[in-house]
Amino acid sequence: MPTDKTCVIEVVKPGLATSVQDTGRQGYYYVGIPPSGALDQFSLRAANLLVGNSEDAAALECTLLGPQLLFHADTMIAVTGAEMTPKIDGVAQACNVSLRIKAGSTLTFDHVKAGARACLAVAGGIDVPVVLGSRSTYTLGAIGGLEGRRLQKGDRLTSFAPGHQAKEGLELPADLRTPLAKEIELRVLPGLYHHRLTDESARTFFDDTWVVAPEADRIGYRYKQGRALQFRERVQPFGAGADPSNIVDACYPIGSIQVPGGLEPIILHRDAVSGGGYATIGTVISADMDLIGQMQPNHRAHFVAVSMEQTLAARRAASARLLRLREALGR
Amino acid sequence: MSVRYTFGGDEFIFVEISEDMSLDAFFKGTAITRELQRRNVAGVTEICPANASYQVRYDPDVIAPETLLALLKEIDAEVGDAPLELETRIVEVPVLYNDPWTHETLMRFRERHQDPSSTDLEYAARINGLSTVDAFIAAHSGAPWFVSMVGFVAGLPFMFQMVERSRQLEVPKYLRPRTDTPKLTVGHGGCFGCIYSVRGAGGYQMFGVTPAPIFDPVQRLSYLRDFMVFFKPGDIVKFKPIDRETYDRAVAEVEAGTFELRVKPVKFVLSEFKRDPDAYNRSLAEVLDAD
Repeated sequence: MPTDKTCVIEVVKPGLATSVQDTGRQGYYYVGIPPSGALDQFSLRAANLLVGNSEDAAALECTLLGPQLLFHADTMIAVTGAEMTPKIDGVAQACNVSLRIKAGSTLTFDHVKAGARACLAVAGGIDVPVVLGSRSTYTLGAIGGLEGRRLQKGDRLTSFAPGHQAKEGLELPADLRTPLAKEIELRVLPGLYHHRLTDESARTFFDDTWVVAPEADRIGYRYKQGRALQFRERVQPFGAGADPSNIVDACYPIGSIQVPGGLEPIILHRDAVSGGGYATIGTVISADMDLIGQMQPNHRAHFVAVSMEQTLAARRAASARLLRLREALGR
Repeated sequence: MSVRYTFGGDEFIFVEISEDMSLDAFFKGTAITRELQRRNVAGVTEICPANASYQVRYDPDVIAPETLLALLKEIDAEVGDAPLELETRIVEVPVLYNDPWTHETLMRFRERHQDPSSTDLEYAARINGLSTVDAFIAAHSGAPWFVSMVGFVAGLPFMFQMVERSRQLEVPKYLRPRTDTPKLTVGHGGCFGCIYSVRGAGGYQMFGVTPAPIFDPVQRLSYLRDFMVFFKPGDIVKFKPIDRETYDRAVAEVEAGTFELRVKPVKFVLSEFKRDPDAYNRSLAEVLDAD
């Protein structure tokens, strides 16, 4: 039984890129502030429900190399998403299960075995100030999370008092875990400036296998090793840049795919730059965005063109899956 | 202008007013997005005006994609050609042109530039047919600019100068983007001016710096107290060249939390502007200077 009202977590080692994230902020993209929030939203919701939180509570997103955390109070935690085995005082624990941790215990993580981002939820949810409607960290704008940045050694985090008695050993069913494979399909609705591609490039983009480049972060994922894409020759419109991949600067949808110079496609994610002067050729459908956040450099993707009808069907399937999650872990 | 509608996945609709940048395209987008805002449509979560386009984020579980598309077309037909009047504000932005910080940065990234042997200002003056850097600065600061889009990163304004196309300053972006740009750099790429709201990567030519913060999560200055982002699409900006002494004094005021921007409300009427842009711009300057 937790006795303290708040649980203090001390950051002994921050890990590679650990930040506070929730379901993100809405309504500020028009001034360049992107949604932010956990890249794998389903895993965030699952981790929260496992420890008895409301599913949109703030948690820690741990990328590739997990942090080392010293707990100063008894509480309940859960790790979902990437397979990074949590260890309490050196003893391996299960992923996707609610775990009790005692004051004075240290939480560490094994090297990532699959996926890229683990979500660590703490009973009550991480207590940082709400900025523009969210606790999510947006590092480029230095807002949200802890002082608008990733965690650092020596940081101290508090959590809200758990509003709901979490149960130890609650497990996330296997079919409700984000799939973690080294090679995946990403469904894309072609559009935006897709018509600017030559017929051949419009085809090869979907034929080729694309490999995640080292430049893959919360802003965007860069892919390489597919054939270079050609844009149709034209007299560039007034105000667009000289390169045929340039347009008059415009907004970028989250999930949109741009190809600067025709060379390496970049998919924008939840910390996206909100706009710019590169032609976008389509958008990864919302149902597949979580999968991108679990890709490591050198993982492979095949882009599959889908229709709006298929996109909406996938959206309905994702909503149904979320309902199953709430039923499985509901209170 | 042939408007093009296209979906960005299941949650975004992107509307290209025109492939070319023009004040007409910007105003048409402004009129449509303001009307959409006014209608307060259920399911519409973000309305983002851009230079010659706009983007709407929506929840397809609340409003079907085709329903929203039809609504946007309807609004276009209704307001697209209506006379445009804009209740907005004019802002004076002081600029130290040719400053030491952007100069240090542009020298550091010289091998990424089209013309490694001259500075960004010298290059921009030459390719725009202006004989001196001073003549370029006079053109840059002589006529006001519309904020036609805010974004890329938090609070960064894209600006389009309110002059005939033949007088628009055009400068290509760097050949390869820099990994660094000083905070509050006044930049230019294509036909757009910008102010870098935060330090970071960038590809625009660098002409100077302003001492005036335009994005501050801590909201220390009076004009940032309501919202951490200063600029909104539709704002009008007039650059004012300042010397080093004035710049240093302004920076000291920023640090003391007493710095103010000169901002005046103004009504912009497109038809009057089009009749005589230079005379109209002079009248805008008078609004700004009136006490």
